[in-house]
Amino acid sequence: MPRKLNREQMATRVAQDIPEGAYVNLGIGLPTTVANFLPLDKDIFLQSENGLLGMGPAPAQGEEDDELINAGKLPVTLLSGGCFFHQADSFAMMRGGHLDICVLGAFQTSIYGDLANWHTGAPNAIPAVGGAMDLAIGAKQVFVMMELLTKSGESKLVERCSYPLTGLLCVSRVYTDLAVFDLTAEGAIVTEMVDGLTFEELKGLTGVPLRAAPVLRPWSGS
Amino acid sequence: MAAQPALNTSMINKTIGSFGEAVADIFDGACIMIGGFGTAGMPDQLIDALIVQGASNLTIVNNNAGNGETGLAALLREGRVRKIICSFPRQVDSQHFDRLYRAGQIELELVPQGNLAARIQAAGAGLGAIFTPTGFGTRLAEGKETRKIDGRHYVLEYPIAADFALIKAREGDRWGNLVYSKAARNFGPIMATAAKCTIAQVGEIVPLGALDPEAIVTPGIFVQRVVAAPSRDRANAA
Repeated sequence: MPRKLNREQMATRVAQDIPEGAYVNLGIGLPTTVANFLPLDKDIFLQSENGLLGMGPAPAQGEEDDELINAGKLPVTLLSGGCFFHQADSFAMMRGGHLDICVLGAFQTSIYGDLANWHTGAPNAIPAVGGAMDLAIGAKQVFVMMELLTKSGESKLVERCSYPLTGLLCVSRVYTDLAVFDLTAEGAIVTEMVDGLTFEELKGLTGVPLRAAPVLRPWSGS
Repeated sequence: MAAQPALNTSMINKTIGSFGEAVADIFDGACIMIGGFGTAGMPDQLIDALIVQGASNLTIVNNNAGNGETGLAALLREGRVRKIICSFPRQVDSQHFDRLYRAGQIELELVPQGNLAARIQAAGAGLGAIFTPTGFGTRLAEGKETRKIDGRHYVLEYPIAADFALIKAREGDRWGNLVYSKAARNFGPIMATAAKCTIAQVGEIVPLGALDPEAIVTPGIFVQRVVAAPSRDRANAA
């Protein structure tokens, strides 16, 4: 069995694809950790849906401010040049196509780019959606970051989502702990795989139709 | 150019002496917008006064459904809320909402956060409805009218207006002009526009002219009452 990437390695990989000058929203959970791996010598603008642009890292212990939090309601800082704005402006940034990239977690992503990440559909689950649907349809590029398989070994990259949808045909790339996929109207193209994994093995794990990119980059996550 | 001093500056005074007076006329069955994202921007002292005042059967518009035991969570705990319109009710500390929801004792209208903001803004701006791309093709748009405009799909959504808005700001003046504090701004400015009566809890009431007119976030026309709440943070820090 090939060695899966850990969460830090996945975050490192995603961070490599965020160019200088990009306006970026990082979703709650795993995507938030991407911030820790962005290059310090580049200006990258992090947007937080609760009304911050130019969001900085977590404050030093004792410097937390209840009124300076991120979308996950955790304390953050504001970089020099950062600013605050209200909710209508914040979602105009998303819906209006002003964000270059958003990175979201997912329960499932279809090979065509449908996203399911807000609700398991379980009858007793309390639904909550927040900004997920706005981000999914609003950002110029939507990246998903997720483990490829569930704990029971089922692929989260699917032909058709069984969970309730967040957005249709909105995801352009999926970063997982085993491979990176570009999603198109014709389906998923594998662009990178971890060392030790073959394309046939990957097809077997996912059970969905996959195509390999002309140059399939092996990658160890460093 | 500096703002000119207004004439008759003693005439209009929207400041109210106490939280109890500020919320005295909130009636049973009212629709109330409450600012805040989690506890940031939550007008907790206005909510405390509302709990004492006793209005019930309320419809609440907020991003969340209460955190912990204070503010909106306390209002829910006291059984005053019939319906909540929000985007993200489920949280680790939303136990009072969770209990009411599972017991079928509260109605939930779940709205994507950007649609919530846009619908509130639409009400404040006097629009009859909006077409939004958010939610198209999902369960949250089921049964709603849709339209294809320039090749893109949109969902028809109606404005959300309220009888009252309870919001929190950093400073206000007696004409109702407001500035906010950091990420506690969130829903305050748009909710202020969408309610018949907007009541602002402010950290400090400042003299007219003290707020930079270039930096006023909410113009006083959108605010009916201003109540001073000396910041608990500042009290703690002192």
